[in-house]
This record gives sequence, structure tokens and C-alpha cells, in this order.
Amino acid sequence: MIRVQQEDFDAGVELEALRSRLQGTAGAVVSFIGLVRNLNEGDAITGMTLEHYPGMTEKALVEIASEASSRWNLIDAIIIHRVGPMSPNDGIVFVAAASAHRKEAFLACEYMITTLKTEAPFWKKETTSRGTRWVSQTCPESPDKPAEQSNN
Amino acid sequence: MVQLRYFASLRERLGIGEETVSLPVHVNTVAGLQLWLQERGTLWAETLADQRLLVAVNHEISERNASVSDGDEIAWLPPVTGG
Repeated sequence: MIRVQQEDFDAGVELEALRSRLQGTAGAVVSFIGLVRNLNEGDAITGMTLEHYPGMTEKALVEIASEASSRWNLIDAIIIHRVGPMSPNDGIVFVAAASAHRKEAFLACEYMITTLKTEAPFWKKETTSRGTRWVSQTCPESPDKPAEQSNN
Repeated sequence: MVQLRYFASLRERLGIGEETVSLPVHVNTVAGLQLWLQERGTLWAETLADQRLLVAVNHEISERNASVSDGDEIAWLPPVTGG
């Protein structure tokens, strides 16, 4: 299940809804929440705006969740990403993976957030005391790293 | 006609988010389209020369030799920074 939305998400509500969908089929759920930090590159951040490419972004998220589901045999996968204006400490993204055993859920969750950060069309613009600036891509981690680990 | 879209920092630098243009007869690839747009002037020439930019044709990330034709939506994307 993927969603791109302006409004905040409630991780507890999402996890509880997931748990009731699972009906006892999963032994593990691993989730990740990305938050707006109040500091970036040495500057205090007072706000952030997320832009996306409607249509293409949703398609990219579906592909990432599908790839994770098939690689790690997931029972369920969730990606919720917010767009629009946000404040420090707000949730930006929620990712969850449910599988029979914990290893697959951990690997799939890491794969989804890491791949999303390098492949899904989202752009962050942050507000500092000196004005606004587009966040530049810094040291992207390899999205294939979790996949390699799964072969060990 | 094709739909062209520019996102985030690119949109701000170029001062335009989307436009509809008629492809000249000699333009049939992403690279050709880019060269044609770069003839608009220094701003376009320099901005689109950034090697980090990605191009999506109909919502799929595409190589510069991908073909473009009437009805396509072609988007220029700065490096992504979500998550």
C-alpha cells in the first residue's frame, strides 16, 4: 500500500491497521519513520517543503514496494510519504514491511527507504534564518546493499 | 505536441514549470530535444547541461537516446532528495 499525502500520518494507526490485515500470517513487522530535523549542514531549520511529481512519484513507490515484496517474500508493505509544508519533528515518511520472519522484514524495510531516497521523485526545500534553499543530494547510500546482505 | 515539465530547483532557475511545444521535425530523441531547448539561450544551455539531471519520458527515467514523439510528457528532474 502506498500513499502520497499532504496531511500528517499516525504511525500507530497505520501499524494497527496493518496488524489487523495480517490475520496472523506474519511473524514480524519492521517500520521506519523519517522526521524533519531541526538542523542541516550547520543551519537551524525552521521549516521544509516537499515537492513531488504527481503520477510518476506514486508509480515509483509502487515499483519499490513491489520489488521489496518479491525479493523478500513480504506479506505486506507500506510506504506513506508526505508532500507540502512541514515543521521540524514532523514525520516525512513511513515505511513498513511485514514478513514471516524478522530478517526479511528488516532487509526489506531498509531497502525501501534507501531506494526511495535515491530513486523516487521528491525534492526538499528547507527554510533557514537566511531564507530557503533546495536540499542537495548528499552521499546516497547504495540501494542494493540490503539485497547483497540477503544473500549471506 | 509534447508536454515538457521542469521540477524543483530547475523550475525556479528556468522560471517555468511546464509547457506544451511542437517538436521540430528533426527532433526525435531526448538528447535532440535537449539541444533544441538549449538553443533558447545561455540560461537554458547552462541549466540543462547539468549532468546530474534525470529525464523522465512518460514517467519513466530514460536515457538521453530514448525516443520522443507527439503526445509524450518529458520531464527534467534534479537529483531527488526525498525520504
